Amino acid sequence: MNVKDSITISAVAVLAIIALGALGAIVPVLRPVFGIAIPYAAVAVFLLGVVAKVLGWGKTPVPFAIPTTCGQQKSLPWIKASYLESPWTKKGVIARMALEILCFRSLFRNTNMSMKQGPKIFYGPTLWLWIAALAFHYTFLTVFIRHFRFFLEPVPFPIKMLETLDGFLQIGLPTVMVSGFILAGAATYLLLRRLMIPTVRYISLPNDFFPLFLILSIAVTGILMRYVTKTDVVGIKELTMGLVTFRPTVPDTVGMIFFVHLFLVSTLLAYFPFSKLMHMGGVFMSPTRNLTCNTREVRHVNPWNYPVKTHDYHEYEDEFRAHMVEAGLPVEKPLED
Amino acid sequence: MADDIPNIEELSTIVHSPPKTPWMDTPTVIRKGMFCHPANPKSLDYLSMPYGRKWAPMEEDWKLPENWVEIISDGLRDRLTRFRSLRIFMDCCVRCGACADKCHFFIGTGDPKNMPVLRAELLRSVYRKDYTLAGKLLGRMVGARPLTYDVLKEWWYYFFQCSECRRCSVYCPYGIDTAEITIIGRELLNLIGLNIDWIATPAANCFRTGNHLGIQPHAFKDMIDFFCDEIEDVTGVRVNPSFNRKGAEILFVTPSGDVFADPGTYTAMGYLILFHYLESQGLDITWSTYASEGGNFGLFTSHEMMKRLNAKMYAESKRLGTKWILGGECGHMWRVIHQYMDTMNGPADHLELPKSPITGTVFQNAASTKMVHITEFTADLLRHNKLKIDKSRNDHQILSFHDSCNPSRGMGLLEEPREVIKGVCNHFFEMPEKTIREHTFCCGSGSGLNAGENMELRLRGGLPRANAFKHVHETHGVNTLATVCAIDRAALPTALDYWVPGMRVTGVHELVANALILDGENERTTDLRGEPLAGMEEEE
Ligand code: SF4
Ligand code: SF4
Repeated sequence: MNVKDSITISAVAVLAIIALGALGAIVPVLRPVFGIAIPYAAVAVFLLGVVAKVLGWGKTPVPFAIPTTCGQQKSLPWIKASYLESPWTKKGVIARMALEILCFRSLFRNTNMSMKQGPKIFYGPTLWLWIAALAFHYTFLTVFIRHFRFFLEPVPFPIKMLETLDGFLQIGLPTVMVSGFILAGAATYLLLRRLMIPTVRYISLPNDFFPLFLILSIAVTGILMRYVTKTDVVGIKELTMGLVTFRPTVPDTVGMIFFVHLFLVSTLLAYFPFSKLMHMGGVFMSPTRNLTCNTREVRHVNPWNYPVKTHDYHEYEDEFRAHMVEAGLPVEKPLED
Repeated sequence: MADDIPNIEELSTIVHSPPKTPWMDTPTVIRKGMFCHPANPKSLDYLSMPYGRKWAPMEEDWKLPENWVEIISDGLRDRLTRFRSLRIFMDCCVRCGACADKCHFFIGTGDPKNMPVLRAELLRSVYRKDYTLAGKLLGRMVGARPLTYDVLKEWWYYFFQCSECRRCSVYCPYGIDTAEITIIGRELLNLIGLNIDWIATPAANCFRTGNHLGIQPHAFKDMIDFFCDEIEDVTGVRVNPSFNRKGAEILFVTPSGDVFADPGTYTAMGYLILFHYLESQGLDITWSTYASEGGNFGLFTSHEMMKRLNAKMYAESKRLGTKWILGGECGHMWRVIHQYMDTMNGPADHLELPKSPITGTVFQNAASTKMVHITEFTADLLRHNKLKIDKSRNDHQILSFHDSCNPSRGMGLLEEPREVIKGVCNHFFEMPEKTIREHTFCCGSGSGLNAGENMELRLRGGLPRANAFKHVHETHGVNTLATVCAIDRAALPTALDYWVPGMRVTGVHELVANALILDGENERTTDLRGEPLAGMEEEE
């Protein structure tokens, strides 16, 4: 599928979702469907889907210890081993994984290859993907946590704290939450990167663009609600609190843009377990990263190890005995004459 | 070099921007020079592998078994339940492209299907079609496609254009290891007899004679005897190795490439000289003609074949009653020892915790496998001043060290060889940082791709390594590349000679032996290769 088609399909899909969400707000009978039924269904699909996927991975064995060693092994006492890149203890592995999951260690290592006539090849550092990925994921997390204020009454102190931090840019009223803007910016960067770098463009599929468009739309509708349209926050909170307490209601005051926002989020949730977004779970389970690198020191057990046909020494000697004897090599059985 | 090898200008024009057509619509053209000959049916039969037959990659009809789709599908399903790595790697790629420009084959060919991500997508697309809801419903829209004859050919072509070096995995945020994917991909292809001969025949030889070249026991001994004569010529000292000797303390296993092909042979002489030197200090070691190969062509065939070939090391150590095993300089042999052997053929309870008889050092890191890498062993000797060394005997070589893919990214063996080199040489320079240690580049011929007919592929794949070498050659006058892998020693001379003519490739223990001062030796005027030492040239 070429890029144009990929983008068109993804964009049309997201626009359709937006239109549907709007419809859900306008048509009175649909309001409970889009305000209550679909969000519930989406959360259910999300939870079941993620659990099923992770269990599926979890019950598949790891027959061999195949960690990629990205640093010096632990060997002789006077050679400095790399505790984080070739960890030999469980703690070291946890630290390696934490670096990977919290700091995107491998992306930090990224290089950029360029070639001049000759040919001469150069490898420069490149941190843009790392920066954008970090910005994207951390602001996403911040925004996600901030939303808990809609689901919790009273709003817990840590969430208020986070908001204060997030909103340190106090430009008039309401407080500007930086995270939403960084999220939109980072997503835009990731999108542009996908389009501008030839190799990345070449590997991109609709299921790369679709989630980006989806997340961008979520961010934009969120920003619109907060800063542009007059959104009935009290009504929204009533709706969300209704959802979490299983006494759902849809107040009449909740407007169209909220419905669009909510439907986009519902789609994202339901789409999650069936897509590459599952990398969120997979990153914890990758056998090249989450195993100790002491495979010669500690035996790894393969649950399905089975006996195989080998060529044993006696078969070997039987075939070559005469030659062996002639060459003066020791044999187990003497030559019969 | 053969005439049909493109000249440097032709090979140097590499375009890294992909074609206009999407990859699924860009047909794979199987091009001469880029693939190896198909497996000889005899070899497959010898290993009881299915569907050995004569077929030709350039021909339309590959003479597949009638139910090949079923065989492959069943094979894939089975492996999805047995390898978590496969499932995770099929599900988690976000196509960020961080791995794209990391593969030496992509760098050298510009072919987008050599980008690790796309190489994996070749399999992933079929996985998606059969195993994911989205793929079943939406097909090509989510990158899913059915397994067709063309797809199968594409698999064969590109899975055998991956040297399973794992460089891509270092940069992937999820540690997706394309090598693991092509290992399993090749395993699938083997189910219908689609292997290459540079793997199948060595594997069959290993099975039968113990080594990949099919050297029979008497010939193996002959070759080593020949080295002993050579050593005597250079040093004036006679070394006396033993073979298949019961009751020896240590079994020595090395890649048979070192016994057969230059310049690996000089590394083999290096081992012999070192062992002779240590004999008087209490080293009790034997070679084996039965376990006369550390290299494991099973790794490139299937996990089962890897296990079948690897079994000899433990079996032989048990038969001979040795206490532990010392392993020579080899790449994938060590990946197998380090990550698979104990799991497959252990526990090695008949062996003891390896302990250097010279220094008393206990190799705790090999506590379970009971197998020590020779550079660990020698680095320890040097550290404890157990070797009398004349470094100046290596002064005619200005060195750099090539980290082989498997020891570096499969076991983390980075400092030990450097310690040894610095312990026996005066002139050592590192290649650029992003091309060594875990960033190291493949020689371009690993994982069974070291044939002659795929020379263009090998030269292209060797370009990144050669390029980094050329850099230190030009800036520091480096003329020798040391390495601890037999495939490197076989492959790099060709690749370097093409891109940076006139350079040498050496094993680390060749350097050790050059520098080692033996009791009763002659004054040395040449190195093991018979080339004059620095300062000795005039006397020629
Ligand atoms: S680096 Fe990993 S996630 Fe990114 S494209 Fe490559 S394999 Fe996929
Ligand atoms: S394992 Fe090595 S050869 Fe294979 S795709 Fe990755 S970088 Fe390329």
